[in-house]
Amino acid sequence: MSKERTRILVVDDEEIVRESLSGWLAKDGYTLATAHDGPTALLMLRQGPWSILLVDLKMPGMDGLQVLEAVKQIQPDVAVVIMTAYATVETAVEAMKSGAYDYLVKPFDPEELSLMMVKIVAQQQLVRENVLLRKVLKRDYHFRDMVSKNPGMHRMFDLARSAARSQSTILLLGESGTGKELLARAMHAESPRHEAPFVAVSCAALTETLLESELFGHEKGSFTGAVARRKGRFESAHGGTLFLDEIGDIAPKLQLDLLRVLEERKFFRVGGSDPVDVDVRIIAATNRDLKKAVADGQFREDLYYRLNVIPIVLPPLRDRREDIPLLVDHFLEHLSVETDRKIEGVSADAVALLMRHDWPGNVRELRNVLERGMVVAKGSVIQPDDLGLMPSGLRAEPFDTSLTLDEVERRHITAVLQHAGGNVTQAARTLAIDRVTLYNKIKKYGLRRGDDDAFGAN
Amino acid sequence: MAVNVHIWWIGADAADDRLMDAIRDWITRVFRVQARLYRHPDRPADAFDPRRGQHSSTTILKWLVGREQPGHRTLAITDADLFISVLTFVYGEAQLGGPAAVVSTARLAVEQENRHDPAVVTDRVVKECIHELGHTFGLLHCDTPGCVMTRSVNLIEVDAKRVTLCGLCDARYRELRQKDGHHE
Repeated sequence: MSKERTRILVVDDEEIVRESLSGWLAKDGYTLATAHDGPTALLMLRQGPWSILLVDLKMPGMDGLQVLEAVKQIQPDVAVVIMTAYATVETAVEAMKSGAYDYLVKPFDPEELSLMMVKIVAQQQLVRENVLLRKVLKRDYHFRDMVSKNPGMHRMFDLARSAARSQSTILLLGESGTGKELLARAMHAESPRHEAPFVAVSCAALTETLLESELFGHEKGSFTGAVARRKGRFESAHGGTLFLDEIGDIAPKLQLDLLRVLEERKFFRVGGSDPVDVDVRIIAATNRDLKKAVADGQFREDLYYRLNVIPIVLPPLRDRREDIPLLVDHFLEHLSVETDRKIEGVSADAVALLMRHDWPGNVRELRNVLERGMVVAKGSVIQPDDLGLMPSGLRAEPFDTSLTLDEVERRHITAVLQHAGGNVTQAARTLAIDRVTLYNKIKKYGLRRGDDDAFGAN
Repeated sequence: MAVNVHIWWIGADAADDRLMDAIRDWITRVFRVQARLYRHPDRPADAFDPRRGQHSSTTILKWLVGREQPGHRTLAITDADLFISVLTFVYGEAQLGGPAAVVSTARLAVEQENRHDPAVVTDRVVKECIHELGHTFGLLHCDTPGCVMTRSVNLIEVDAKRVTLCGLCDARYRELRQKDGHHE
């Protein structure tokens, strides 16, 4: 965490103390503010996050220990240092018992103050990194991790939060990379089912037969290769949430099977004759216009109405450009933990370039562009050239005639996927092949589609 | 427009001319500004705190600002021991981006590991003068080992740093100067 992100609040009734202490610490690059009494400090705490509070013990009205107690209710993670001119063992013990990080006896040694600040900042940095790494490992997403200052997004989050607590089927609509899976995971975390599994299936990634077996499982011997009975995703998600991504792409027979499960809450394994009861909450998602698919006869109308109980629309990034700087900060912080690379930020020119880009791959594309920027940046600040957003024609390389056909295909698919910001549907359209074929090629060449990391959560 | 830095001895004892010359020469070299020694008998009268037996650097800064000449920066040097209200002592204090700074020789002249060489004291005082003047130009503390803008809270740390700005601080200094409309 950069020093300016360490926000220190000095709470003291003496102006000279507030001025001198904040002036001394501001020269270290921390962000400083002061409050002349406890109630003002608590008001400031309710308005935003703080890292460290330096609080005078003896203040008229609300004393330091009362402030400490109230602070712990509002922001439990903030480190509170109690300052006192009248140090006694009793006050020190009381402060520490009440949850103070430490205490300082006025006037204090500059070395003592300096070391204490460095120690607190380092400790808070470790805690933050630990939380981030846990999230990355567990793919544990929550609404609080989603960043946006767009009012439409906030209305969408409110709807999603309320819907999460219900048992209703949810339909998430939005372009690829807008964060449908992330939202589904956050809704699961907020739902009464959060202790049961969240299981995600990409319906477009598998052929009809494989998807059927993947969803419903199969009995031993039901088809060649079915050497043992296997649980499907519906069974794996029992008690929890099943996320069906790219639902608009499933074949007619599976549409009917799915409709039955939604209506009867039971299904048959492939090759099985006994119905399996299941308690699963469905969150479906698609980037297709399902209404149009229904009108065109490609999607069952009855299934559409079964799924479209609570539709939630995720706007594309180009419609909420004001979030780009916020998302940039968010991703840089997460990527620096993941990649162990320290980057201070993005230059003003690079931010301007990011704001101008159309983002066909939405937030996922933004994250991928920043990851690339972090890797190729020569200094500690990402520059426009590091982002790789220049028109591809300007960067065309001479054709290499020594390459094998497979290598040419691998490179071309990589370039098209990058251009589409990881959007497989769009890439498949550009390549004029179907999505399953593209998924197979991605698997064959070991290409990374990009993380499903769209709102800014990690 | 060139920046002028006035270097003013405001101590009780007589100024050490060799020390003052060294400060002026290093300021000229590091900040590429016109620095000159300023001599005047006035001293800050109410900076002494009898309870603490020390001088308030904050009061001295306010006194210096009251005597500010437009376009000039004043660096005062004193032999008085300085403090700010919450700290036991400071080597110096400056207004961040402001016109005044003050540095004390009192604790920098103390022997450390048998080093009583006057050159060591000069070296320390020059470093703290450059450091505090750096703050008046808007520079913050630096984490680059050896940079004069690293925070030093004891003599070991003062001795460990160089007299000069690191590359990053120097680039930042140029940037700040350009923002103020100064070109080197």
